[in-house]
Amino acid sequence: MSTRVFGSGIRRREDPRLITGAATYTDDYTLPGMVHMVLLRSPHAHARIKRIDISRAKAAPGVVAAFTGSDIEGALNPMPCAWLVPNSNLKVAPYPCIAKDVVRYVGDIVAAVVAETPYQAADALDLITVDYQPLPAVIDPEKAKQPGAPQIHSGVENNVAFHWTVTGGDVDGAFKKADVIIKERIVQQRLIPNAMEPRSTLAHWSGASGELTLWNTTQNPHIARFLCSVVTGVPEDKLRVIATEVGGGFGSKIPAYPADFITVFCAKKLNRPVKWTESRRENFQGTTHGRDHVQDVELAATKDGKVLGVKATSYSGMGAYLSTAAPGIPTILHGLMLSGPYDIAAIKEDVYGIYSNGTPVEAYRGAGRPEATFILERMIDKLAAKLRMDPVDVRMKNFIPKFENGHTVPTGLSYDSGDYAGALKKLVEHVGYKDLRRQQAEDRKKGRYLGVGVSTYVEICGLGPSQVAGAVGFQGGLWESAIVRFHPTGKVNVFIGANPHGQGEETTFAQIVADEVGVDVNDVKIVHGDTQTTPMGWGTYGSRTTAVGGAALVMATRKIKEKAKVIAAHLLEAAVEDMDYKDGKFFVKGSPDKAKTIQDIALMANVAWNMPAGVEAGLEASSFYDPPNFTYPFGAHLAVVELDPETGQIDVRRYVAVDDCGPQINPVIVEGQVHGGVVQGIGQALWEGAVYDENGQLLTGSMLDYALPRADRLPDMEVLSTVTPSPHHPIGVKGIGEAGTIASTAAVYNAVIDALSPFGVETIRMPVTPERAFNAIQEAKAGRR
Amino acid sequence: MKFPISVTLNGRRYQREVEPRQLLVHLIRDLGGVTGTKIGCDTSQCGACTVLLDGVAVKSCTALSVQVDGASITTIEGLAVDGQLHPLQEAFWNKHGLQCGYCTPGMILAAHELLRTNPQPSDEQIRHGLEGNMCRCTGYQNIVRAVREAAAMRRKG
Ligand code: FES
Ligand code: FES
Repeated sequence: MSTRVFGSGIRRREDPRLITGAATYTDDYTLPGMVHMVLLRSPHAHARIKRIDISRAKAAPGVVAAFTGSDIEGALNPMPCAWLVPNSNLKVAPYPCIAKDVVRYVGDIVAAVVAETPYQAADALDLITVDYQPLPAVIDPEKAKQPGAPQIHSGVENNVAFHWTVTGGDVDGAFKKADVIIKERIVQQRLIPNAMEPRSTLAHWSGASGELTLWNTTQNPHIARFLCSVVTGVPEDKLRVIATEVGGGFGSKIPAYPADFITVFCAKKLNRPVKWTESRRENFQGTTHGRDHVQDVELAATKDGKVLGVKATSYSGMGAYLSTAAPGIPTILHGLMLSGPYDIAAIKEDVYGIYSNGTPVEAYRGAGRPEATFILERMIDKLAAKLRMDPVDVRMKNFIPKFENGHTVPTGLSYDSGDYAGALKKLVEHVGYKDLRRQQAEDRKKGRYLGVGVSTYVEICGLGPSQVAGAVGFQGGLWESAIVRFHPTGKVNVFIGANPHGQGEETTFAQIVADEVGVDVNDVKIVHGDTQTTPMGWGTYGSRTTAVGGAALVMATRKIKEKAKVIAAHLLEAAVEDMDYKDGKFFVKGSPDKAKTIQDIALMANVAWNMPAGVEAGLEASSFYDPPNFTYPFGAHLAVVELDPETGQIDVRRYVAVDDCGPQINPVIVEGQVHGGVVQGIGQALWEGAVYDENGQLLTGSMLDYALPRADRLPDMEVLSTVTPSPHHPIGVKGIGEAGTIASTAAVYNAVIDALSPFGVETIRMPVTPERAFNAIQEAKAGRR
Repeated sequence: MKFPISVTLNGRRYQREVEPRQLLVHLIRDLGGVTGTKIGCDTSQCGACTVLLDGVAVKSCTALSVQVDGASITTIEGLAVDGQLHPLQEAFWNKHGLQCGYCTPGMILAAHELLRTNPQPSDEQIRHGLEGNMCRCTGYQNIVRAVREAAAMRRKG
């Protein structure tokens, strides 16, 4: 393969429209006759709706219509859950688009108002009166499972939505044999994704033809169409979803949402285009959250630091209803990864998915894998502390040795390739780990409290073989598609089923095409985000776009090349077997000066004046690529934090990442993905967390109250890499979208504990705010006195 | 009740009757179909709506349309002159200072303000200057690099 642009950090091809304000996101569209919808959301976490009166709202100026839960009955089906994890006694509670009798979280939708202007709609919302009878609420997933906790759905005893277990190896034996057993309660707090673009939907219904066009903020337009069809009854062939520009998602724009379908309902009722855009406050309440696990973990090891087994019980909050993919996250994407990069013979996890009166939980960057990494990295550090060993040494001792083509772990997964020690070695060499520790010890004597934290990870991504998807209850496939189309002038359009929304595949995919068929990268335009023009695909999440969609693209371009070769042979009056190819030129072996370029062939194929017998006109190919396995990127990260024991303030002083995502198509884009991911993970460790009061009120319901990472609180990160190709991917790439988040929470948390250790603090809740750190120090001091 | 106002947006004058409660950002997004100015929050926290009001950066969700009568507003669409990208736009592109692009218009205009008041900022000053603008994608590092490059371009003239 030529390497002309593969591996070069060219500027992004999507940027010109984004830096000039020309890009159009969903809320930027206005259609003739368009009206605006706003939603009334429940102020109670749990309440019975005794009476609801929308008559005054209906009569308000500019109001076109108002609807409640009884209006949509029969018109909108309940929200489906699309990840039905098997063998888990899963109970999917009814999830109506508009609540009619009971509201189950602050933000549950109770009514919709449509008016000529958004201001008028908002005014009318205030005129709706709802009589609520408040019911007791519960947020904490562990408490929600206790006998006597408020029951959220009838028929779901103890609010247990499912109970799933994974076991591999002889767990009891491992714990019997162990010299040391480490225990820890780990709380991976609820996070609020906060993509900068709020969610939005614009529904355009053509009554006469029965066709619906839906502009929608989604990471996966084809799934959105599928689910929209299921809920609204509009057949898929008459349903077009457009999501060409999406302002970040991080998992929160995977699921289908009631609001989207209520917009459709209104558009159909009114025969006018209807737009709905959430406010940020609404986003906090009504757009899915992430994480939310309370976990009891035990690790068994020998006295020289070899880990024998890990077992855990997880209470994973699902929120009030099961969001589209929610059950798969704490189970398949989490439990199966519980041995991480380590050679651990025995693994067991019991996962309880629990309904609570919180906002529904979904994937959030990393989805299950950051949590698995956190468990392991925390426990390994505790083991190191207990045995007075260096945390790096304990990791080195337990890594799965380097492998290039398959390694099966006790949970049954077969990792593709890995060199975990190699990544950690590169990290410790780069930072000068020994000197760093020496420096830390010296600083401590002077009263400066630095903490050093390491985390190593392997993640499962490139989701994934569809047969496996089916076996684990995912109600869809996980292949991807690409159509590559050459125009007569030699320019290329690529249509993909996935939907990048910041990850830069309009550039990296053009780089792939450029290399595979020898065209200029600027002659390739990637089209995505419109179900009318793009082939079916399952979307952009789980670091799968390049790993799976990229593979589809490679396969399609290779088909093009095969056809081009046949045409070239015909034009050069040679046998196909005698043809050679280099950098976009086809020629008879040994005579490269008499060549046909791919552009020559594209023209001929399109005009078809002189084609070989039996060869169709056109130069176009498609591929539907179903990967044979997942990909398993990995890496090692290190954080240095500084603690001010007087105030509890913690600052990240240094952050180093070594990631291995296989060969990098565009290293600048890879680095950008690492930066963003790392910062989201730091956010979880130090600042972010959804806080509810005892009545289920979301206290961190705005950007004033929920602490998102800001520019001035972060250091420059040092981003390094190693390269271990995936043996089963046509160009070896693995995926990088989530790696940073997966590694960084644990790295920073471990550094925080390291900084707090001189004070005797061994554990602390995330986010580690100054208040928590300060109090922990005081409590530890008091305890020691 | 509506009030007549006249504003200049990216060099074009508009006359409108506006409700006194209308947020400036809504006016801007309604005028002449320029939707580059984004809305990211309702608490004046995110900076996505940043525009230049008579040359000075403001969060346009914190101002009312009636307040800007007679003023001149520049949005991201007005930054490039004759198709020539502003050095900040160029630098954000060069340094991969954006991913989804949603925060970018506001970020670029906030950076514009920073360089107006401090043409050669240190990295720390850049980070402080942009702390009122949220980006969920980039982790800010490449934004800092971009602003640094824009400052250097300016130095070179
Ligand atoms: S929209 Fe103005 S600061 Fe967020
Ligand atoms: S680039 Fe997406 S929020 Fe900044």
